[in-house]
Formats: sequence, structure tokens, C-alpha cells
Amino acid sequence: MNVLLNNMSLFTTGFLGTIKLFVVSLIGSLIGGTLLAAMRVSPVPVLRTVGSGYVNIVRNTPLTLVLFFFAFAYPRLDIVDLSFFTRACIALIAYTSAFVCEVVRSGINTVPVGQAEASRALGFTFNQTLSQVVMPQAIRAVVPPLTSIQIALLKNTTIAAGFSVVEAGGIYSTLSERGYNVLVGLLWVAVGFLILVTPLTVLQRRLERQWSVAR
Amino acid sequence: MTAVLYDIPGPKARARNLGLGGLGTVLIVAALGYIVYRFIVTGQFSGKRWGWIEYVAIQKLLLGALLNTLQAFALGAVLALVFGALFAACRLSDHRWVARPATVVVEFFRAVPLVVMIFIFYFGLPPATGIVVSTYWAVVLGLMLYNGAVLAEIFRSGVLSLPKGQSEAAYALGLRKTQLMTNVLLPQAIRAMLPTIISQLVVLLKDSALGFLIGYPELLFAARTLGSQAQFDFPIIPVAIVVAAIYIAMCLLLSAFANYLERRTRRSPKRADINPAGKAQAEGHVLEAQAQGGGGVV
Repeated sequence: MNVLLNNMSLFTTGFLGTIKLFVVSLIGSLIGGTLLAAMRVSPVPVLRTVGSGYVNIVRNTPLTLVLFFFAFAYPRLDIVDLSFFTRACIALIAYTSAFVCEVVRSGINTVPVGQAEASRALGFTFNQTLSQVVMPQAIRAVVPPLTSIQIALLKNTTIAAGFSVVEAGGIYSTLSERGYNVLVGLLWVAVGFLILVTPLTVLQRRLERQWSVAR
Repeated sequence: MTAVLYDIPGPKARARNLGLGGLGTVLIVAALGYIVYRFIVTGQFSGKRWGWIEYVAIQKLLLGALLNTLQAFALGAVLALVFGALFAACRLSDHRWVARPATVVVEFFRAVPLVVMIFIFYFGLPPATGIVVSTYWAVVLGLMLYNGAVLAEIFRSGVLSLPKGQSEAAYALGLRKTQLMTNVLLPQAIRAMLPTIISQLVVLLKDSALGFLIGYPELLFAARTLGSQAQFDFPIIPVAIVVAAIYIAMCLLLSAFANYLERRTRRSPKRADINPAGKAQAEGHVLEAQAQGGGGVV
């Protein structure tokens, strides 16, 4: 208990860093993922190939490797100098967008083909079909897995701690410097993540039950 | 479905698609070209930076690191499968005193980030309890607990997605619960969930890279060590490229295997009529775990 109370500021800065990383990466990955999904679904072959290639490669890369690249290799390229935080955000966004893209695409595929055929028969253009007919129905299939991915993103932000970003995963090192019991500190960090993750998980389960779609 | 979204392109649409395609190509080539240009300008492709490949000692170092990665993956995979099967069986039990704690344990290990678990084993246990955990065991135990919990959910969804008639027929024939599980349900569930399980093993392979954070000598750690060698002019980018290629190749192989299995089970007459919602839920778990890469998404 002492470990938590005496180091309250440390814990709060750490978890604030986690939440900042999470929110920025959440918004970025949603935008990036939707863009990638649009590329994969579009009638232009070049965009389709690039989209699929990107998604397939990123889905088979460890996130640690992506963060490793941005933390160690990127500064050597002498492009714009970015803070650790920004680089971690970019890495997380680049990684999570691939998964968001897959979820959005499979969500679009759950909408019965007849819907798109009917809207084509009525003369809707590609954009109208997507925005007026398909996407509103796809939302049901997209949101529960999307919540799962964002929960995973929240847990992934801890990896950034290994690369000098101020967030919850790095609390233990300061604690050990100050001479506190690292095990208890880490258990408090685990409890903190439980508190952050459980509401999202409950939300995801409820959405899954209410909106479950036979695929 | 995606083929139905747009009509067969007429002349205007063809022109527009060509235009968009051209614009897209130009943008992508420009972006990639800029990156390659930066690589060249900072001398990443110079001979000096790639000289390390020729040294047998360095090749052995990288192979040793690859072996370490595969060792952590192999033991982690086996333990996670055992842990997952055990806790799935516990969760499916009819005895509430077995099922409830199992649920709590599985949910706990799914909620805590894998990094925090590995840190607990490596940094937390030794000062508090005097148990010294090697980096290898910290990684393996963390992998076992997290992926075991996700696999427990996958096994459970697999068993629950089987048609109810299977268990009803087994009970009608006089089989007990354990016999039902081992002889009827589990074989079918595993066969149905095999692609999903292999996908989870891909996640496990990616998660083994987390050993880098505690100094376990796997591929990324070797990359960092090599990359800070001044005699090769700090070849961090060439080494990162090679290590990335190795990781992506390994994961692609496993994923291709999972895809192959998926196609085979779809055509096999032996598969049961799986409830698609149950299967989708299990795939949801895997995507979540995969997204947590390095840590996983369902």
C-alpha cells in the first residue's frame, strides 16, 4: 500500500502517459485503418495491391520490431527530428491501422451482397452505396472486433515503455531506484491496467451479444 | 461483396480509375522513393554498413539469436496449449467451484499486458521472493500465461460452437462428461479451431520479440548489439532490415500454414456444422490477440 501512496505522482504520470498514447493512437489508427480499407475495396488495382501488401506485411511483424525501427533506426535517416512520444504514436498507428483495416473489410463483407446489388440496380454510385447502404449496416459487425483491437492497443502501449516513453510500463524502474518493492509496484500497475481494460471489455462483450451478426 | 460495390467501368469510369491509379502510383512511388533516397543519402546501402554479413562469428550470433527465439516460441507454444486446454476444461466444468475461479484467472491474464507480466517475473520476483528467474523463463512464463488464457477462450468457443446434438447423442449413449469431452467434443473442436489456434501461435511468435525489453538474447537484441558496432559504422538499419525479413518470413510461413488448414477443413467432409457465430467469436479473440502484437489482437 505504501508503494502506491508514496509514489502516487509517479503512477499518475505513468498512466497519464499511457492514456495519452492510447487516445492519439486510437484516433490515428481509426483514420488510417479506414483509409486502408477504402484502398483495399476500391476499384483501382494499384491501391488494392498496395493496401493488401501493407496489411499482410504489418500483420506479420512484431510490434516491438516496428517500435525498434522508429526508436533506433529512424533517427539515423536524418529526417524531421521527432520526440520519443511522437515516434511511438506513429509506430502504434502504423501497426494498429492494419488490423482496423481487416476488421472494417470483414465487416463490410458481412453485409449481404443483395444490398449492394439492389443499390447498384437503383443507380447508386460507389460512394453512395458505401455511405448510404453498406457502411450503416456494417457498423454492427465492425464495432465489437474494433473494440477488441483498441483494448489490445491499450495493452500495447506498454511496449513503448521499453523505448523510453513515459508511461505505465516504465514505473518499475523508478520504483527500484527509489528502493521500493518492485513486485508490489508492478502488481499495482497490473491492477491499474485491469481498471482501464475491464470497462472496455465489458462494453465489448455487451456489444458482441447485442449486435452479433452471423458471418 | 467488394466486386458488387461498383459497376463494370464504362469509358468515364475507366478513365477516372486510370487517373486515380496513376495518382496513387505517383504518390506511393514518391513516398517510397523518398525513403530509399534518405537511406542512400545517409549511407545505409554503403558496403561498409553491410560488411558484417561476411563475418562467420556474426552469422553465428544471428543464428544463435534465431535459435533462442524459436526455443522461446516452442516451449511457450507447448505450455500455452496445455494451459489453455486445462483452463478451457475448467471453465466448461459443471462444478461452479471449478468454473468460477478458472474464469477469474483467464480474464485476469487476458487483461494484464504481456509486458507487465514479463516484468513481474523478471524484475519483480527476484527482489521480493529471492527466486531468480532467467530471461528465458520470464519470457516463456509470460507467453504461457497470456497466450494460454487466449487459447482457453478459443478452445472454449470451439467446444461451444459444436452442434448440441453431439453432446445430446453422447449422453443418450451413456457417456459421462469426461468421456464426452475427450472422445466426442474436443477432437471436433480442435479440428474446427485449428486455423485459429495456428493464428494464435503466430501471435506467440511475435510476442517472443518482447524478450528484447528484458535483455533476452533473441533476434531484436542481437540486432541492437550489432547495430551499435562502431567498426561497421553503426549498421542499425541494415541489421534491422535483415531481422525484419527473418521475422516476417517466419510469421508468413505460419500464417500460410493456417490458411492452408482453413482451406482444407472447408473442403473436408469430416468437419462438423460449426456454429458460425461461435467461430467468429473465437476468431475475434485471435484478432484481438494478434493486434496485441508483441503483444496481440483478436
